[in-house]
Amino acid sequence: MKSFSGKVLFLDRNDINTDEIIPARYLTEITKEALKPYLLEDLTLPAFDVEKDLEEKAIVVTRENFGCGSSREHAPWALEVNGINVVIAESFARIFRQNMYNCGMFAIEMPKEVINHLFSVYAGVETIISVDVNKDVLIIEADGKSEIIEFTVGEFDKTLVREGGWVGYADKNY
Amino acid sequence: MGKTLAEKIFDAHRVEMPFPDTHVLKLDRVFCHEITTPIAITDLMARGMDRVFDPTKIKAVIDHVTPAKDSKTAEQGKIMRDWAKRHNIKDFFDVGKNGVCHAIFPEKGFVRPGYTIIMGDSHTCTHGAFGAFAAGVGTTDLEVGILKGVCAFHFPKTIKVVLDGKLKPGVYAKDVILFIIKELTVNGATNMVIEFAGPVVDEMSMESRMTLCNMAIEAGGTSGVCYPDMTTVNYLWDYIKGEFESKEAALLEYSKWKSDDDAEYENVYKYDVTKLEPMVTFGYKPDQVKSVTEMTGTTVDQIYIGSCTNGRIEDLREAAKVLKGKTISENVRGIVSPATPAIYSKALKEGIIEIFQDAGFCVTNPTCGACLGMSNGVLADGEICASTTNRNFNGRMGKGGTVHLMSPATAAATAIKGKIINSDLFENQTGE
Ligand code: SF4
Repeated sequence: MKSFSGKVLFLDRNDINTDEIIPARYLTEITKEALKPYLLEDLTLPAFDVEKDLEEKAIVVTRENFGCGSSREHAPWALEVNGINVVIAESFARIFRQNMYNCGMFAIEMPKEVINHLFSVYAGVETIISVDVNKDVLIIEADGKSEIIEFTVGEFDKTLVREGGWVGYADKNY
Repeated sequence: MGKTLAEKIFDAHRVEMPFPDTHVLKLDRVFCHEITTPIAITDLMARGMDRVFDPTKIKAVIDHVTPAKDSKTAEQGKIMRDWAKRHNIKDFFDVGKNGVCHAIFPEKGFVRPGYTIIMGDSHTCTHGAFGAFAAGVGTTDLEVGILKGVCAFHFPKTIKVVLDGKLKPGVYAKDVILFIIKELTVNGATNMVIEFAGPVVDEMSMESRMTLCNMAIEAGGTSGVCYPDMTTVNYLWDYIKGEFESKEAALLEYSKWKSDDDAEYENVYKYDVTKLEPMVTFGYKPDQVKSVTEMTGTTVDQIYIGSCTNGRIEDLREAAKVLKGKTISENVRGIVSPATPAIYSKALKEGIIEIFQDAGFCVTNPTCGACLGMSNGVLADGEICASTTNRNFNGRMGKGGTVHLMSPATAAATAIKGKIINSDLFENQTGE
């Protein structure tokens, strides 16, 4: 299993699309590793500096419909090779969400109130989130304090995370 | 309670439900292109699983960047080419025979009502125009599709969009779908199938239905679908006449692929499109849509006519009607990419290519081309393109560029004027 714990990158916008996560001009790469320098290159957000803000980040917290647009799995891969294996959002585009679990990564949906709470309390503060895969909770730590928030993911998605992705699972079962 | 079309297709293809709401479906088609497939191929090779479930059900094309533009795209093409040969994939379309995936696969008769289809491409929803369940997937789903011929889905709810009335001259499927996306928003159909129905859809050609279904994903939709009818049968007839005694017999068989009258919908939207005007996007999301009248006078630098949305013969015909005998503004560049070789040939024979050239357009080979800013027609920082494609995302056609989505007729008129304007095919023209 991958690591699901680390510092949080807050992206405060709805509808961040996969062209913004990894622009089409880099889709000629045929290894995942080659995508590393280009993550979020076309994302323009006030208070987001692509040069500095990605450093050491392991978790993304964002708003609605994250990963809409193109089906490119290069989007989760670009996150993965940058050490980000978890995205927490109010909602996801279908293909992006499935791609994350197919790669054994987490796309965790949270109600609007919880996302609002995370932004209002933690954005701008150095925050660490850990996903407890067995208890289905997020452990959030900042400023020496911590809080625990429950989440739900389907059994299929959890199995994919445990098995490290869909290819291995499908090969065994079909 | 009745069933939706998607539910019927799921029922007919379900292998098992290993977990709640996880439907593993048998696939009738796996479509492949050179951007998302090579990594699936190399991963399968690395795992020692370089196999395909059924070479006759896999159809592959090189379309996004073709002919190759550099060593990396040459490598992507080579991986596809070698793989197709190694596994005896006969329907592989390479340079000279290739065109945009969502135009060439239907044109070759590969799509049938009731089919399940996946492809590593979000606009796979296009093929729902034939009454199929066709969904875009990522490379991992594609990889499993290639290997095992199955894909797992959560059950999609269905929303129905009923289109009443009659479109005015100069108003097209593209204007309708832009209007619908504005109404639904970019997130309004996520995890859902959008059924398009009503008298307006009944009157549409297969090409127009494909334009409608193509952009279902821009509202988040899993697939767009139209019910099969005589228009569908006529389009497919050359490919299916060996299977049926008559067109009526084919229609009877295909007619089972529609929702029951008492099927349960997440939502039903009814629109009378009689008064609909030509539409265009602004901003960087496909639900940011206004009438062309409201956007009249916006200057542009480039016009692009092509893509899986609007690069088919009827699109070129409508654009040519507007361009005939005219030349484009000296302030713009015009590019047209017929979506497939067959469309290109038809356009040549009908004198359409000549009209485009006389007007000052550059005619490219069939390819995705400028649509995704990967090969030709890339915008410079700050430039604006009037485009018949489907995405106006920030940087989509080149870093720092802006895209306005519109119909081919509006794009042609905009090319002549150098500014966004309604075409003179639109009757109630209220602009300049
Ligand atoms: S024409 Fe554009 S949207 Fe369509 S498949 Fe090609 S790149 Fe994708």
